[in-house]
Amino acid sequence: MSDLRVEALTHVYSAGTPFEKTAIQDISLQIPSGQFVGLLGHTGSGKSTFIQHLNALLKPTSGKVLVDGEDINQDKKTRRAVKNKVGLVFQYPEYQLFEETVFADIAFGPKNMGLGKEEIEQRVREAAHFVGVEEELFQRSPLELSGGQKRRVAIAGVIAMRPGILILDEPTAGLDPAGCRQILDNICTYRRESGATVIIVSHNMDDAARLTERLIVFNHGTVAMDGSPEQVFSRPEELIKIGLSVPQATSLAMALREKGIPLQGSIYTHAQLMAALKEVGVC
Amino acid sequence: MEPIIRFENVHFSYPEGEREILCGINLEITEGSFVAVLGHNGSGKSTLFKHMNAILLPTSGKVWVRDMDTADEDKLLDIRRTVGMVFQNPDNQIVANVVEDDVAFAPENLGVPSEEIRQRVDAALKQVGMYEFRMHAPHLLSGGQKQRVAIAGVLAMQPKVLALDEPTAMLDPQGRKEVIDTVTRLCREKGMTVVLITHHMEECIGADRLVVMSNGSIVADGTPLEVFSQVELMEREGLDVPETTRVLHELGLPKTAMDPESCAAIIAGAKS
Repeated sequence: MSDLRVEALTHVYSAGTPFEKTAIQDISLQIPSGQFVGLLGHTGSGKSTFIQHLNALLKPTSGKVLVDGEDINQDKKTRRAVKNKVGLVFQYPEYQLFEETVFADIAFGPKNMGLGKEEIEQRVREAAHFVGVEEELFQRSPLELSGGQKRRVAIAGVIAMRPGILILDEPTAGLDPAGCRQILDNICTYRRESGATVIIVSHNMDDAARLTERLIVFNHGTVAMDGSPEQVFSRPEELIKIGLSVPQATSLAMALREKGIPLQGSIYTHAQLMAALKEVGVC
Repeated sequence: MEPIIRFENVHFSYPEGEREILCGINLEITEGSFVAVLGHNGSGKSTLFKHMNAILLPTSGKVWVRDMDTADEDKLLDIRRTVGMVFQNPDNQIVANVVEDDVAFAPENLGVPSEEIRQRVDAALKQVGMYEFRMHAPHLLSGGQKQRVAIAGVLAMQPKVLALDEPTAMLDPQGRKEVIDTVTRLCREKGMTVVLITHHMEECIGADRLVVMSNGSIVADGTPLEVFSQVELMEREGLDVPETTRVLHELGLPKTAMDPESCAAIIAGAKS
């Protein structure tokens, strides 16, 4: 459980060269402890650059990142320490599995934290439980597992560090619908049981709408929208204008309103749409 | 129209495998049609795909590409010229340092005269909308652009069938749209037969025909509208259906449309 504050964060790649590019510009926001946040934005909008600042993988060109009130870039020690507090799961994390066994792979993070053998074992079991990896798999090579299992092992490796802030960059990319649901359920379980702050980068509007409490929409390196799913999806035209889609339920609700059916409120899930239809006497 | 690919009671299992991966597939693919194959992981859809140009051969049964038996080794080159394949990861399919060299790779190997190679490469790149990028380095392109270069590389062989195995799985929404729009256009304007393997239901909506696979068998086959209308079956298979279809289904209205506008019209009509 950690809270996060970002102050006037700017990052410029290849500064002073012909390839200079400002990836994010003057971003300020605060994410309180325990919040479930969705980061939206199309490719190149600055989402990935942003999240890489949150555990000091990238150093700000200007501005600050504070975790629990402490500037994470103040010295080498804090830059290092923050990596235990803020767990970052990259896209396609299964490509980063490298140990000989599933157990050793999940244990890699806690081991680097210098924990004792018993503590490591307990954390590996706990993390595996969160992501639904059975203990029978512990002695198998991670390379023998299916795509979905590999991804869950990779996520468990980060969860085993018990990060107060868990950030996942498109954790469901490339999985089939059943695999997606399972991973998202795992993440929800971790959040519920650990109370961690969770930040998830997603291209899937339906998932973002269903799961998160807050959506931050990036566009051209700045924050274009920031609010509850209800607030963000009540402005579907703006989302469409910056090249993002809206949840399917939202686009159907828009079409229904155009046909003169006076649906009330912000609609972004199937349940909300059905309830709104009932209210106006359809069904 | 004659079928261009025909599966006749195809069974497949790996030599040491206990489980049958394809369990008696019968499927005819009409020339010039756009067929989508949907199924979750492990349903056998990629195994089906690999049978279309003899990467895998049936354990029993036959696969025909036109009148060629895929088990006939003498026909292998012809079969692979007829059915071009695009795979999931664009980075694994690109071999050259310049886009146009990459697209020229197949016709060069086929011994096509160099002048004709030039024409084929230009035509293929134009068809996928990547002609302006012909002198670029492929690794600097976006995922959707790379995948379109991979498609151009296949088109330069002038195949009759373009088969794609989850070509959009690693792409962002923009890249996915580019790829799906490209293959749809190739089918509609050039008469290319397209077989698209996917687990994204929204990519199947524009197809002529949707085949759903589960545990090595075909469990649904029809137009996308017909298949998605079977909401209970799709749910049982762990597959999504469009929100529009789901709403019509739950309201007990006829499932005759999938786009939001027509669906809204049906609901508005039922209300008044």
